Amino acid sequence: MEFLNHFGGVFEPLALMLLIGGTVGGLILGATPGLSPTMAVALLIPFTFHLQPVHGLILLGAAYTSTVAGGAVSAILLKIPGAPANIATSLDGHEMAKQGHGARALHLSFLSSGVGGLIGVLLLIFLTPLLSQWALAFGPSHLFWLAIVGVTVIGSLDSNSFVKGLLSGCIGLWLSMIGYDDIQGAQRFIFHDALSGGINIIPALIGLFAIPQVIDMFGKGRFITEIETVKVPKQQFMNSLRELRGNVRALTIGTTFGSIIGLIPGVGGQIAGLVAYDQTRKFSPDRDKFGTGHPEGLIAAESANNAMVGPSLVPLLTLSIPGSPTAAVLLGGLLIHGIFPGTDLFDNHPQVAWTFINSMLIGQILMVAFGIYTAQWAARIALVPNSLMASAVLVLALFGSYSIQQSMGDVYIMLALGVGMFFLDRFGFSAAPLVLGLILGPIAEANFIQGTQIAAAQDGPWVYFLTGPLNMLLIFFAVSSIAFSFWSNLMASKSKKDGLAEEVTK
Amino acid sequence: MTASRLQHTVMSSAVLAVASLVTWLSFTEEPAAAFLFPRMISVFFILFAVWNFIRAVTGLAQVGVGITPKMAMTILPGLAVALVYIYVAADTLGFYASSAMAFLAVSTLYDPAPRSDIQSWLKRITITLGFMAVMYALFAIVLKVQTPTGLFF
Repeated sequence: MEFLNHFGGVFEPLALMLLIGGTVGGLILGATPGLSPTMAVALLIPFTFHLQPVHGLILLGAAYTSTVAGGAVSAILLKIPGAPANIATSLDGHEMAKQGHGARALHLSFLSSGVGGLIGVLLLIFLTPLLSQWALAFGPSHLFWLAIVGVTVIGSLDSNSFVKGLLSGCIGLWLSMIGYDDIQGAQRFIFHDALSGGINIIPALIGLFAIPQVIDMFGKGRFITEIETVKVPKQQFMNSLRELRGNVRALTIGTTFGSIIGLIPGVGGQIAGLVAYDQTRKFSPDRDKFGTGHPEGLIAAESANNAMVGPSLVPLLTLSIPGSPTAAVLLGGLLIHGIFPGTDLFDNHPQVAWTFINSMLIGQILMVAFGIYTAQWAARIALVPNSLMASAVLVLALFGSYSIQQSMGDVYIMLALGVGMFFLDRFGFSAAPLVLGLILGPIAEANFIQGTQIAAAQDGPWVYFLTGPLNMLLIFFAVSSIAFSFWSNLMASKSKKDGLAEEVTK
Repeated sequence: MTASRLQHTVMSSAVLAVASLVTWLSFTEEPAAAFLFPRMISVFFILFAVWNFIRAVTGLAQVGVGITPKMAMTILPGLAVALVYIYVAADTLGFYASSAMAFLAVSTLYDPAPRSDIQSWLKRITITLGFMAVMYALFAIVLKVQTPTGLFF
């Protein structure tokens, strides 16, 4: 119950201000279809660099939680999911809004997000210390394998093509090796002066997540926004609360699936929402009403995608393996302050760890309160033209990347990585494994070198790295995630072929 | 819609070229001890790159929407502004002056309003000035970031 000792930090004036600012800002950014939660958090990181670690993390955590919930606003009112996590929300949410129940849908969405989110953060509070104690048993070989597991799991599960996912991870690992080698001081892959200091994580995150979206917005051209907006009549909050109490089944299924899926590294909120929606439909006596504006579908989807947020941080804060791409960006936010997840975080920085986690608990309540009152306003933000959004993000990317080390080299690297990622993304490569390779590369290398030195004094590297139950378990995770992804890719292409064959026969 | 086999082949060739360069440098550069980890990673890098290339050449690579000529033409002006802004103008003209110009250029290029419409020009200029004022307040006053001043500001 150590977390109870650190609640005071959340209510310090600056912390509370950042929590409220992050929540409101996150709701607005989440409601904006062009801006993904990952990009929003990546753009916020330069600001956290100038803050105390705990305050920086509070801001990022609040933005993470509320961007996921804020995405429901545009999903419900405009049928444009603000984030991939809100795809399932739009199925029933928008139908409800079209039938004149927009405010009711928004209330139910924020309330179920809040309940799911609270349970998710409670899971984070109780599971994290247990896992971080387990992490104490980890030596260099295990930490090396853990980093490799992080890259392979995200690479194979987060991408539509596992070869491209793993290739993205390899590109990230290679990028992490650019610059001067820490032990020998040798130059590695320095093709330009800007690369001599290596690749800084923050400009890389901004480039990899923000620039491809800016170019995507360019790609939409000079189109006129034609969006069917829905009028939102007033709704009594207490009525919505009563309605939520009457839908405990959907709330339970959504929260359970969201929490479980959040714990699995690499599986994001998009899947959580869709799986919870599907399962709730299966168990519902009104399954035929799903898709026609049935509140159960909305409640299941929203409780699931916010219940995913807390558990997705469990593997991140204990084992450095992020549960989602946004969690990978949060890992970058931790590392720039010199804080390493695992025992270092909970033993040496308990104040930072617990205040951050507690702020997420309070953040859920703030998110419900502000969400309900700012929802209609946030929906208007979604109508901001692409031309202005792209210009603003481009300028913010320049200032954000420069402000970290006041180096033009960082800015050049940011744009080069961003343009490269745009082209890679158009051909099925994914930014999440690349970022993870970039972040975990130095951890993997440092532990690999340390491990080889220990191995030289013992039974040699093969025995040191490939034997022992923990090594075997981690190798099993890496291999099985690749095997599972290979199998599911194979099944997907087989069913596609069968579908084509059927069409030809017809 | 998925990208054509040719597009996939071009992209996978580029990735293979990078992987080959990384592998070659990892195994030829000295001191060997500093390249131990790069050597290990580059083996997997080149293996996956070859696998990806074979899939692209044989038409098995189907993930990714690619880039249509129409999209490329739409992106090109914005991308050109971004490249000139970051690699040339920011340092030589100054961060704030070049950012205002880039903001106005991008918002004008992709604004659906007709270019001859005076009202839309006024709107864009006002938004640009407002946005730059916020950026100045945030970075110069609050965060105290010293940016290159260049020729202007």
